Amino acid sequence: MAKDDIDHSRRKTLTNSVAVVGGIGAAVATWPFISSMNPSASALAAGAPVEVDVSKMEPGQQIQEIWRRKPIWIIRRTPEMVQTLGGLTEKLRDPDSAETSQQPAFAQNEIRSIKQEYLVLVGICTHLGCSPEFKPDPGGDLGAAWQGGFYCACHGSRFDLAGRVYKNMPANKNLAVPPYHFISDNRILIGLTKDEAEA
Amino acid sequence: MSEQPKSVESQGLLGWIDARFPLSKMMREHLSEYYAPKNFNFWYFFGSLALLVLVIQILTGIFLTMHYKPDAELAFASVEHIMRDVNWGWLLRYMHSTGASFFFIVVYLHMFRGLMYGSFKSPRELIWILGMLIYVALMAEAFMGYLLPWGNMSYWGAQVIINLFNTIPVFGEAISEWLRGDFVISDATLNRFFALHVIAVPLALLGLIVAHILALHEVGSNNPDGVEIKKLKDENGVPLDGIPFHPYYTVKDIFGVVVFLAIFSGVVFFWPEASGYFLEHANFEPANPLNTPDHIAPIWYFTPFYTVLRAIPNPFGGFLMMCLAIIVLFFLPWIDRNPIKSIRYRSLLFKLNLWVFVITFIILGYLGLKPVTDLYSQLALRFTQIYFIFFFVLWAYSKPRSSGFWTGSFIVLLGSIILYDFFRSSGVDDPSILALTWWTLLIPAAYLFLTLLMPKLSNWDTEKEVPERVTS
Repeated sequence: MAKDDIDHSRRKTLTNSVAVVGGIGAAVATWPFISSMNPSASALAAGAPVEVDVSKMEPGQQIQEIWRRKPIWIIRRTPEMVQTLGGLTEKLRDPDSAETSQQPAFAQNEIRSIKQEYLVLVGICTHLGCSPEFKPDPGGDLGAAWQGGFYCACHGSRFDLAGRVYKNMPANKNLAVPPYHFISDNRILIGLTKDEAEA
Repeated sequence: MSEQPKSVESQGLLGWIDARFPLSKMMREHLSEYYAPKNFNFWYFFGSLALLVLVIQILTGIFLTMHYKPDAELAFASVEHIMRDVNWGWLLRYMHSTGASFFFIVVYLHMFRGLMYGSFKSPRELIWILGMLIYVALMAEAFMGYLLPWGNMSYWGAQVIINLFNTIPVFGEAISEWLRGDFVISDATLNRFFALHVIAVPLALLGLIVAHILALHEVGSNNPDGVEIKKLKDENGVPLDGIPFHPYYTVKDIFGVVVFLAIFSGVVFFWPEASGYFLEHANFEPANPLNTPDHIAPIWYFTPFYTVLRAIPNPFGGFLMMCLAIIVLFFLPWIDRNPIKSIRYRSLLFKLNLWVFVITFIILGYLGLKPVTDLYSQLALRFTQIYFIFFFVLWAYSKPRSSGFWTGSFIVLLGSIILYDFFRSSGVDDPSILALTWWTLLIPAAYLFLTLLMPKLSNWDTEKEVPERVTS
């Protein structure tokens, strides 16, 4: 074939269109691979609500349940514990729970709960996901100013007895309150709010 | 019928192969006629040692895979099974776990060699970048391997590191869910980390290492004098200061291998946990999603970067600074632009700066192993500041600067540090924290004084003449 017979512009158009079509095809073909790494249907389904009986809790006691494989704490607060909450406003980052992602609307208050006696929290630090310790007693190794609350040993974040984070901590959000409601005086259903349960 | 095979010099079986595959040609190009500078010293052991550790890791890894079970219910027990029941299983596992730490020891020394002798400078920029990619792949490999025993530290370490992605605005949670394949670290995460640890990353590592070595052999090795041996050649085109890699350096490297294996075996047989630094004590308990260990520390080779992460109070800011601490290393060839390669002919101040950097890296590593206290979090920030300013100083030492440049950069950098100190202590009313803030300011101030004002106040910035040929 003589050199002159080559139609360069036609060849270039063909090469480019093959590259574009092939490139789009390759890009689309990555989707099944990427998507296969997302939570599977069974992981999504493993989120059924959990029922907890709180009738046997002592005042000041913490119990731990599992919902969606996360630790859920229930703390039966004493009146003294509840009293500490009001005096901390100045020291807290988000005392009024303005960050709506961290609790259902019913817990957007100072006590961050439905009944002031029972506090329900997701026990995962909002910094990098460690599980903080319950340190209910004032003072002690956390300093004289400590009023009781939760302390994350991983990076030193401190939370009050409503799970509200102190100022200047590695964590910058309050501990999350899961959706829950009381199905009777002493039974809590974790995973659904009252509205969701009735809907 | 068929064409004649191409004619080759070699005879017999080798000749038959050479006519079909460039075996002798590759041996010549990469070994017997690859000319390396004759003045390699101690620091040049670590490249070949890194290759040795890679072989150890792949070999022990293959045999561990035969007994390990990547299932959240079975993983912890299968590691115990390897330790107790499998013939020599304990040896395979200890070689693999010790190998991981030794890989990083060797690689850090290899990288430090590059820093000292300017091995990343033109024309070796690409070797350095490929090396950095190997380093990053190695960190990913080590991180994912650490989850596999499914101990409690495996679990919470992975939890903390993957949650780093949560700090990314908007997409963070979606990214970390995608990485985990679940809402928490779970069986799905373990299974995919296993796949990545035994197939994906090792494959990438091998490819990168081949590219690293090919790039090295294209331009030739640097040496402790930083002299280009290819500039002066004899009548046969052989560099005057070069000797064939084989047999000279193969024999030298065998000596290095023997010494290395003696030390390595000592650790494998007598000190495999290294007092909790190679195998953390909290990892001898099975993973427990409800119980965070009292103190979470990554394994030692990650701790300098972990300290950088913790030094910045804003979570996303900390994550970015941690990434930046690694990314900045990629740009070294364009930061240190001084034409003198070797530390031997650089100024006293360059040497001091480099040693301060080494000490800073070690202190950052130490702080990353320790729980957060008021003092340690201040020190973490101070040494993080030095870590980053080091690169500015390195750039500043690239060429002679005016007196005004030194004063100006001293004032600007110290000023920004002090400004940041005022900013971060504005909400703090604890006098002991405030005292620590201002006392530790002396650390970066002293560093800035040494590196940015001494060029003006002394002759410590005098550089030496680089010889024409290598010196020993």
